[in-house]
Amino acid sequence: MSQYSFKEIQERPERLSAGHRLCAGCGGTIAVRNVLKALHPGDRAVVGNATGCLEVSSFTYPYTAYEDSYIHNAFENAAATLSGVETAYHALKKKGKIKENFKFITFGGDGGTYDIGFQSLSGAMERGHDMVYVCYDNGAYMNTGIQRSSATPMYADTTTTPAGSHSNGKPQARKDLAAIMAAHHIPYVAQTTFIGNMMDLYQKSEKAIYTGGPAFLNIMAPCPRGWRYDAPEIVTICKMAVETCYWPLFEVADGKWSLSYRPKNKLPIEEFLKLQGRFKHLFAPGGEHLIEAFQDEVDKRWEELLQKCE
Amino acid sequence: MAVKERMSGNEAVAFAMKQINPDVMPAFPITPSTELPQFVSSYIANGEMDTEFIPVESEHSAMSAAIGAEAAGARTMTATSSAGLALMWEMLYVAASNRLPIALAVVNRALSGPLNINCEHSDSMGARDSGWIQIYAEDNQEVYDNFIQAYRIAEHKDVMLPIMICQDGFIISHGVSNIELLEEADVRNFVGAYEPAHYLFKEGESMAVGPYAVSAYGMEAKRAQAEAMKNARQVILDVAEEYKKISGREYGFYEAYRLSDADYAIVAIGSVCGTIKDAVDALREKGIKAGLLKVRVFRPFPGKELADALGHCRAAAVMDRCEGFSANGGPLAAELSAALFQAKSRMEVVNIVYGLNGRDFTVDDAEKLYQDLARLSEHGNQETEAYRYIGLRD
Repeated sequence: MSQYSFKEIQERPERLSAGHRLCAGCGGTIAVRNVLKALHPGDRAVVGNATGCLEVSSFTYPYTAYEDSYIHNAFENAAATLSGVETAYHALKKKGKIKENFKFITFGGDGGTYDIGFQSLSGAMERGHDMVYVCYDNGAYMNTGIQRSSATPMYADTTTTPAGSHSNGKPQARKDLAAIMAAHHIPYVAQTTFIGNMMDLYQKSEKAIYTGGPAFLNIMAPCPRGWRYDAPEIVTICKMAVETCYWPLFEVADGKWSLSYRPKNKLPIEEFLKLQGRFKHLFAPGGEHLIEAFQDEVDKRWEELLQKCE
Repeated sequence: MAVKERMSGNEAVAFAMKQINPDVMPAFPITPSTELPQFVSSYIANGEMDTEFIPVESEHSAMSAAIGAEAAGARTMTATSSAGLALMWEMLYVAASNRLPIALAVVNRALSGPLNINCEHSDSMGARDSGWIQIYAEDNQEVYDNFIQAYRIAEHKDVMLPIMICQDGFIISHGVSNIELLEEADVRNFVGAYEPAHYLFKEGESMAVGPYAVSAYGMEAKRAQAEAMKNARQVILDVAEEYKKISGREYGFYEAYRLSDADYAIVAIGSVCGTIKDAVDALREKGIKAGLLKVRVFRPFPGKELADALGHCRAAAVMDRCEGFSANGGPLAAELSAALFQAKSRMEVVNIVYGLNGRDFTVDDAEKLYQDLARLSEHGNQETEAYRYIGLRD
């Protein structure tokens, strides 16, 4: 691992070029740009993509925003598709038909990763393909209009779990996909988001790309439309997600769990929730017990994580 | 030098796969095509092939990985049946519209329900509008020959479409009979190397595959794809002509068996044609002018050629091993009837559904059907329904 220099990394040429049609302030875009910055200059890559906001907004015929070769296939099969590309690479390399070195990185939202693409992801990781699967987790099916997913946090107001007089939003807590991927015993799993000078995201991306075998990155990527906040607020939201331990930063390298950051003072979950319109109903009179239940869930998971990281 | 052997249809296709030695094969087992990935895996395990096999976790992933591999510039194949093909459905359209010449060995089997593992054409007939070329076989020899011709057709620059090489589950896939195999060197020389114009790993260029297209662009893409399917017609004939030179065996859109002077014709697809040929021979002994039109190529559909081949007949029975649930007969009958109408044919036509869930169709059934055709051409068509079943229990 090289010494991290924010200036040097950000000055690398963009591999996701300007002119795509993603929203201003879209977290998915920040994830893609920064993961691709971790490719060493001169290395070629094939970028995969599940159907979703990212795909329809970055490869709208006849324009592509990708400097690298890119393949979109369907919603639920980004992992299987890239596993075919990676296998073709070995087949053609073996026959001397390819001289350059390629890396394989695929992006999916939480819908394409946690839910409809879960089987395809599990299969590709188990088979040991040398690829990175990046989930940009914005916690709902944003492309179709903010429907709940298994990554949606408890009590979030979505269009299929609307808060109302008889509903507190999504009844269930979110699936812990990073732990599930770690249970595949693959060489590298990490969870991160946009913090400070992006060092955590960069270092984890670089490790994921340059560790042989399958790697999984789970990146919390806020969506201003779905979470209902002003776009510049993303910095504070990410910071609060980490400081409240809602979204801990950790990695699992060769089976060893380690925390990447431990807040000095774990903040109450309200600090994260109150910034977002999707949790507004929790702050109405009588919502205290919901916030308490949310806090309990965060605490329970944080304790479990600390035990794994011991 | 041809090699005489005895093989099942699955063994024959696996042998063709070994001889061609494609770059990548993702596959998932399903009866009765399971033997294909098994044979390929053991060829690889014993150093007889250097194909990269991907043991995917589903047929959906098999076709997804095949699309990835083919887009990456690798010659790619897979195999499936029935529910496996149904699970690939969504991706079949993507493979075709991305113009990826993947070869898919289909071993035809009924779709559920009831759950049934036997022969029916409902699986590939359901996929008939997915943009894939479809070629069917009567026996192990034909499915072997068809598979060897597959990549030459699919990868032709005017075509660039995926191709299904279909054989009847169990009847062909597991039935062992005599076969003539080509020498490996002749097969490799015939098939040639795969050199796509553009692919993900190409030196000096990046490529993006699978765009989102708005209505200002999407229609032209479909039209170009349709043009490729039209182009496949001539390519199929040209490849067959070339194949004849190395094999001595003739192929086209169809086989006309004792049809040129026939009064009564049966039109069918697949292994049942062997049964019908026996009936034709028996009836010819009795002076009844029976003939068979065996459809080999279903996509692109050679409607005009089939109508022309039947032009002189007085009556024909069109047989579907598939219940289309249109309440109007099966897919072959529907498409051929339309072609006959276009050809201004006045022939009497009856539509038959047979052999569902592996139900036998016998020589006796075929002879009776020819007698029905003779009767209705004498006394007029008394059929009261749009189509009828043969072989149904009372």
